[in-house]
Amino acid sequence: MTQSKAKQKKFIVLIGLLVILTVITFIISLNLGVVRIAPLDVFKTLLGMGTARDQLVLVDFRLPRMILSLLIGAGLAVSGAILQGVTKNDLADPGILGINSGAGFMVILFIYFFQGSMNSVTTFGIFLMPLFALVGAVIAAFLIYLLAWKKGIDPVRLILVGIGVNSGFGAAIVIFQLKMNPQDFMQAAVWLSGDIWGANWKFVAILAPLILLLLPLALYKAHTLNIMNLGDQVATGLGIRVEKERRLLLLVAVALAGFSVAAGGGIAFLGLVAPHISKRLIGPKHQLFLPITAVLGSFLLLLADTIGKNLLAPTQIPVGIVVAIFSAPYFIILLMKAK
Amino acid sequence: MNGNAHQREGNSLELHKNKLKTSIKGTFVLIVGSILILISMGLSIAYGAADIKLGTVWEAVSHFNPELTSHQIIQEIRMPRAISAVLVGALLAVSGAVMQGLTRNPLASPSIMGVTDGAAFALVITLAFFPTATMLGLTFSSFIGAGLGVILVFTIGAFSKGGLTPVKLALAGVAVGSMLSAYSSAIALHTQVAKDMSFWYAGGLTTTTWGSVKILLIAGGFGLLLALYISRSITILSLGEEVSKGLGQNTLLVKSLGVIVVLILTGAAVSVAGAIGFIGLVIPHITRFMIGSDYRWIIPISAVFGGLLLVLADIAARMVNAPFETPVGAITAIIGVPFFLYLARGERRGL
Repeated sequence: MTQSKAKQKKFIVLIGLLVILTVITFIISLNLGVVRIAPLDVFKTLLGMGTARDQLVLVDFRLPRMILSLLIGAGLAVSGAILQGVTKNDLADPGILGINSGAGFMVILFIYFFQGSMNSVTTFGIFLMPLFALVGAVIAAFLIYLLAWKKGIDPVRLILVGIGVNSGFGAAIVIFQLKMNPQDFMQAAVWLSGDIWGANWKFVAILAPLILLLLPLALYKAHTLNIMNLGDQVATGLGIRVEKERRLLLLVAVALAGFSVAAGGGIAFLGLVAPHISKRLIGPKHQLFLPITAVLGSFLLLLADTIGKNLLAPTQIPVGIVVAIFSAPYFIILLMKAK
Repeated sequence: MNGNAHQREGNSLELHKNKLKTSIKGTFVLIVGSILILISMGLSIAYGAADIKLGTVWEAVSHFNPELTSHQIIQEIRMPRAISAVLVGALLAVSGAVMQGLTRNPLASPSIMGVTDGAAFALVITLAFFPTATMLGLTFSSFIGAGLGVILVFTIGAFSKGGLTPVKLALAGVAVGSMLSAYSSAIALHTQVAKDMSFWYAGGLTTTTWGSVKILLIAGGFGLLLALYISRSITILSLGEEVSKGLGQNTLLVKSLGVIVVLILTGAAVSVAGAIGFIGLVIPHITRFMIGSDYRWIIPISAVFGGLLLVLADIAARMVNAPFETPVGAITAIIGVPFFLYLARGERRGL
C-alpha cells in the first residue's frame, strides 16, 4: 500500500515536472524564430494588445503549429505505448511497423488525385485528409496483421513483416511522388520525413477533438493493458476477451498514429522512445505510465520542433529528422541490450 | 568390412555424380542466363523515346556510323545505360550473396544493411562541402560511406546480446539507415543540395555514361574475382563457424576478405545508380534454390541473374508510365517486398 502511495506521489511529481518543462519550452518556442518577439510582447499579444505583426506571427503561425506538435507528440507516444503493450514487443513503433507510411501513402494519393498540389489543399480537403490518413493506417495495420498471422502473432515475425510492408509503401509513395511537379516532390519528401505542415487553426480544430477523444479511451483501457501484459492465458483466465480487446486497442493505436501522420508526416521513433523513457521513470503500470508517456511525447516533439526551427536557422530542419537524429542512437542501444 | 568399403565407394560415386550434375546444370544456367541478358540488353537499347529497331542496334554496334543520330543515341546514351544496368545488378546480387553466406542470415542484403544510406550520407557531405568534387571523388566518397554503413550495422550486431539474428540485422539496418538519412537530409536541406539528392535516393540509371561503365568494370571485375577466390571458403563458412574452424579455415581472414568484396561491389553500384534495393536480397535466394549451396556456383549465377533482373526492371521503369520514368528502385521494391515478406514469414531455413 505504501509502495503504491509512493508511486502515486512520484507520478504527481513527474507529471508536474514534465508539464513545467513543456510550458517553459512552449514559452521559449513562442519567442524564437525568424522574427524574435520578447516575452513581454508575447504576453501582451496573447492578451490581444500586441502589434498587428506580432499578432500575425504568434497567433496565426506559431501557436497552431505548437499546439499541433503537442497533440501529435502525445498521439504518437501513446500509439507506440499501446502497440508495445499489445504486441508484447518493446521495439514496436508505428513508424517502424509501416503504419505511418501506410497513412502517408493515402495522404499522397489524396493530394495527387484530388488536390493537384501540396499548396492548394482546400478547406474541405483539410477535413478529408485525416480520414484518408486513417484509412491508410488501418490498411497498413490490417496488412501487417494478416501477413504476420500464422497460427497466432509472433512478435519477431510481426516486426519483420512490418519492415517489409514499410518499404513496400515507401516504394509506392516514391512512384506517386515523382509524378508530382518538382516543387511538390520536395515538399512531399520533407513531409514524409516528418514535418508539421498546414499548421492553421482549422487543422487544430479538426485534430484536437479526435486525438483528445482517443487518449482518454486508451487510459480507460489501462487496466486491460496491464492484464494483457501477463500473457494471453492469464488474461483469459481473468475474464478478458483477449482477441477482441487486442483488436480494439490496436484500432485505437492505429487511429492515433493515422491522425498524427495527417498533420505531422512520418515521424518515426517517437512512439518508441517516449514509452521507453516513461517506463523507466514510472514502471509498467498503465494507469500511471500512459499519462506520463503522453505528456513526455508532447514535450519531446515540441522541443524537437523548436530545435529544428532554430538550430540551423534560416534552414528549417523538419521535426521528424530532429527526432530521428536523437532517437535512432537510443533505439540502437535498446536493440543491443535486447535479447 | 567389404560391404562398408563398397558403400563408401558408392557414396563417393553418388557425390561425384551430384557434383557433375551441379556443374552441368550450373553451366547450362549460366549460358541461358547470358543469352537472355544479351537479348534484354538489345531490347533495352531499342526501347525509348526515339523509336529504334533491333536491327539498327546491331548495326550501331557492328558498323558504327557517327553521322546517324540513331547510332549516336545508341552509342552515347543507351548502350552505357544497358551495360550499367547489367553490371549494377550483377554487383548488387553478388554482394548480397556474399553477405548472406558470411552472416548465415537470410535477410542480409545491401539495402537492409545500411549500405545505401551510408553511401548517400557520404555523397551529401561531399556535395555540400566540396562542390567541385569530380566524378571520381564522388565515387570514392560513396565507397567510404558504404563502408561506414556496413561497419556500423555489423558492429551493432557484434556487440549486441544474442548476436546477429535476422530480426536484429533488419532492425539495426533500419535504425542505422534512418539515422544516417536523417543526418543527410539535415545537411542537404541546410546546404541546399537537397534537389541533387532527391533523384539519387529513388535510384536510377538515367545519368549513366561510359565513365560509369568504366568504374563498374574495374571495381566489379576486381570484386567478382575476389568473391570467386573466396567462394569455396564461404561455402564452408556458411555451414557454420565451428565447422569452418574445425576444417582449419582462417575464418577471420575469409570474413575480412568478404567484407572487402561487399564494400567494393556495393560502393561501385551505389555510386553509379543510387539506392536500388532488394536485388541483393532476392537473387541469391533464387540462385540457391536452383543450384544448391555451393558458392562457387552461387556467385557467378547470382551475377548473371542480378544483371538480367536489373535490365528488365529498367525497361519496365521506362515503360510503366511512358514517357516519364518510374524510379527503377521502386520497380525492384515491388518485386522484392513480397519476397521479403515471404522470407519473414518462413521458418529459419539454412543457407
